[in-house]
Amino acid sequence: MKPQAFAYERAESVDQAVAALVEHGDEAKVLAGGQSLLPMMNFRLARPEVLIDIGGIADLRGWSMSQDTVTIRSLTRHCDIENSDIPGPLGALLRYAAGLVGHVPIRVRGTFGGSLAHSDPSSEWCMMATLLDARMHVMGPSGARVIDARDFFLTVFTPAIEFDEVLTHIELPALGSNYRVNLKEFARRAGDFAIVAVMSAIEVRDNVITDARLCAGGVSDRALRLVQAEAALIGQAPTPETFAQAASLASQEVDPNGDLHGSKEFRQDLVKALTKRSLAGSLT
Amino acid sequence: MRSWVGRRLPRLEDPTILRGLGNYVADVAVDAKLFATFIRSPIAAGKLKQASAPEGVQCYFARDIIAQPIRPVLNRPDYVAVEMPILAFDDIRFAGEPIAVVLASTQAESEDLAELVDFDIDVLAPVLDTQSASASGTRPVHDVDFPSDVNVVINSNIKTPNFDEVFAAADVVVEVEVISHRQSAMPLETRGSVASFDPRTGRTTLTTSTQMPHIVQLGICESLGIPVSELRVIAPDVGGAFGGKMSLAREDVALVALARKLRTSIAWIETRSENFLSSWHSREQVYRVEGAFKDGYLTALKADILADVGAYSCYPVTFGVEPLMAMAELPGPYNFAEYSVRSRAVITNKCPIAPYRGVSRPVQTLAMERLIETAAREMNMDPWELRDRNLIHEFPYRSPSGLVVDPGSYRESLRLAKKLSNVEEFRDRQVKAREQGKWIGMGISSFSERTGYGTPAFAARGMGITPGFERVSMKMDSSGGVELRIGASPHGQGLTTALAQLVADQLKIDPGDIRVIHGDTDSTPFGWGTFASRSMVICGGATQLAANDMRDQILNVAGAMLEISPRDLILEDGEVRVVGSPVSVPIAEIARTAYLSSHLLPEGSAGLYSTGEYDPAGTFSDACHVVEVEVDIETGGVEIVKYLVVEDAGILINPAIVDGQIHGGVAQGIANALYEELVYDSQGNLLSTTFLDYLPPTMAEIPHIDIHHLETHTDASLTGAKGVGEGGTIGAPAAILNAITDALSPFGISINEMPATPSRLRDKIRTAQEVMQ
Repeated sequence: MKPQAFAYERAESVDQAVAALVEHGDEAKVLAGGQSLLPMMNFRLARPEVLIDIGGIADLRGWSMSQDTVTIRSLTRHCDIENSDIPGPLGALLRYAAGLVGHVPIRVRGTFGGSLAHSDPSSEWCMMATLLDARMHVMGPSGARVIDARDFFLTVFTPAIEFDEVLTHIELPALGSNYRVNLKEFARRAGDFAIVAVMSAIEVRDNVITDARLCAGGVSDRALRLVQAEAALIGQAPTPETFAQAASLASQEVDPNGDLHGSKEFRQDLVKALTKRSLAGSLT
Repeated sequence: MRSWVGRRLPRLEDPTILRGLGNYVADVAVDAKLFATFIRSPIAAGKLKQASAPEGVQCYFARDIIAQPIRPVLNRPDYVAVEMPILAFDDIRFAGEPIAVVLASTQAESEDLAELVDFDIDVLAPVLDTQSASASGTRPVHDVDFPSDVNVVINSNIKTPNFDEVFAAADVVVEVEVISHRQSAMPLETRGSVASFDPRTGRTTLTTSTQMPHIVQLGICESLGIPVSELRVIAPDVGGAFGGKMSLAREDVALVALARKLRTSIAWIETRSENFLSSWHSREQVYRVEGAFKDGYLTALKADILADVGAYSCYPVTFGVEPLMAMAELPGPYNFAEYSVRSRAVITNKCPIAPYRGVSRPVQTLAMERLIETAAREMNMDPWELRDRNLIHEFPYRSPSGLVVDPGSYRESLRLAKKLSNVEEFRDRQVKAREQGKWIGMGISSFSERTGYGTPAFAARGMGITPGFERVSMKMDSSGGVELRIGASPHGQGLTTALAQLVADQLKIDPGDIRVIHGDTDSTPFGWGTFASRSMVICGGATQLAANDMRDQILNVAGAMLEISPRDLILEDGEVRVVGSPVSVPIAEIARTAYLSSHLLPEGSAGLYSTGEYDPAGTFSDACHVVEVEVDIETGGVEIVKYLVVEDAGILINPAIVDGQIHGGVAQGIANALYEELVYDSQGNLLSTTFLDYLPPTMAEIPHIDIHHLETHTDASLTGAKGVGEGGTIGAPAAILNAITDALSPFGISINEMPATPSRLRDKIRTAQEVMQ
């Protein structure tokens, strides 16, 4: 349970971090909150030669808001989000989701960007980025670029960030007041990664669903939009019947693998139950 | 003065532990010169072809360690003895088995160097399940003779003389099969040891996280062929054990052998993954039980018990511990005369089993309580009434397996539990809840907890070495302080406090003036350690005897000082008083005289020393658990809404400690019932090797536990205390699975498999829903 020997460098700025990554190539790993990387190193599942600690870069912490966008900088702690006053439905969803990330000690150290860069398909932030088509801003040796959420999560633990790039901030759409949001998770124990989770955001105008976003975690190698269920919601009244129908479609459009926590059918059952509950919960 | 026994005295151990001043093996390990990493087989079954380490890597293989394999024995014809080498040298029998050990001056370096060691294993198809393991033509896991089927290492039967006749005369025969999956005792502190050779004396000290230091000493010395005087074993503070630290670790033998060979000190702190892989599993069992009922009375029980015991036999209790306990104790709290049972253990290419809190009893109780519940349903009887009718109530009771059960409150526990459970109110709520799509259920579990097993109980199993008795030695020092040295080895139970309460009552002093010394073979009398809910009963009884003797000595010394017959003296409030007179002498003055003015005393009475030895036949606690659950039928999730325990553990020395035992036990029982499962894949690789996949419940999953005590007085225990270390774990799975079954009764589902995971429940509900549509 001791990591392989590694060198440690502390970056004082994003430019310094990028320079260090360029210098060490893919032998280096960026250390943010360390809540996933350090256990993996202790298990020797990850064996970086060099750790580039970006934890001290003050510019990378906190959030800001423009008219239609909320920008969360990558080193913002889960607990910062949990205790933030980000307004509107987005703020409510962020705060609630943050409270389901691990346990308090994890939330105090773990970071928003670190979780996205780790790309666990069950994580709250990967689901939210996928749900809301977040825009991921990365900085590399040739400057900044933006990666859309749909192109960002390649597969389990594999984001579309190059070895010499650092995730700096994430833009999320500030959801208007007609949006109803919810997250339902099924975990065996409080604080565990959910076996399956469903996050929803629906826009309701005059008792008609005008936008529907549904995202499931724990059913694929990345968080998955439930596109057939979404399509079935749009134009409908937000009734239990509508939600039940969408939930059935959702369970049929996912094709999860079974593992020691449950069979494929069990996960499909969970998608159905949680989709229904998330949609119903969004209205209350 | 009010007695100390019966008080909720805060534990004397706690200030040290809670302030972070505990001294654990890892605290001792920092001073070691070398740190060990064991290289473990990644393969479940195979032949080790060659193994070598690069030059300069301090790596030791089986050939470098001169030691006899560990070969525990039961003296019974159906037991098949097998050998566990200290390091595997030829046959690989489970994934996680140690092959070599690498030493280096830091832990990190030893882990680095371990990666450089090269070995080749010719892989064999592993033997992984009991059905195929014992089929003819299957490869034997050990190359030994099997008296019955291949790989069957215990095959025992009991059949009472009139069984066939009574079974055939039944009105109703109910059959139930229960399955328990593999689990681990999973203490918070993993195993760990420091072996330190002392060149001045030639002795080695092993500081190890164990429940039984004297037995570790014995086992290692037998393996190394050295006198026990050459090894001192110290159990420092131990961070939980639950049975997982009461078997001789081959790693410990290797450490002592290498420390002696290299004349140095070596530390090994087991990683959590190693703990999962190789630190003893338990409870992979299947029970098929058939109960014969006549006029609503259980008259005969037929049972077939099968335990997967893994690749080796644990020392000292052997892999017979699960099947033989199950066979003897399955009848539990029920009153019937005719019993026919077959109990078998099968070896496989998996981690060996060893005791875990309750051993077989959580599964036995599940089998019996599912049987009673199923029978009540089939006979259309109230399950409370069926239990009430069939629980034992005349004592001493002789069970069909020959156990003698001392007085308890089986019916009274059940009746009080029923009263406290508001059964009628619950049934109304259940109906209303179902109308709202909520599925709640109530489950009952009545059981006995056999504790304080003395030598007769272990001798009945035919154990090659027979645990049971305990000794203590007591000294009152020249200032009146008491030092109690015990062979038991408490590791979190609060035994020190409870023993101090016993002594304080006998000697009329403050519990804080009593120091209990344990966990060091150099400074404690030989004893078997702390396991099987035995220490309060057996070590407590021995302590009571020593304290009685000490009291008499104090009175004798005081009598000599005052020139008064000891018969006219009494001990009270820290002094000896003359009956009917204002004359008194403080105990401290008596103690001082006993050592420093012994010329005043009769010859041979200098100093104040006493001993006690106790070896009881054993005693039975009993309890009734009642659980209310809510099942989420869409997710298979189970929430425990209410948990009630009515427990009779005899006289409670310290009720707060007893409550703590019940809380912890129920929590582990809930873990067994709903959460924890060790899963192997088809190649014999353990999949659940971290807490991501093996799920001990947390504070958030454990409900409030409502505890009520009954106190039956028994002569089977000198102090009147019965053991209570395992009852919580024993009773919980049955109560919970009965409650889930009750909640889901409209679906016609029986939940007989533990853990009852959401996936398993959902699979059953889905199937039932498909049939119902």
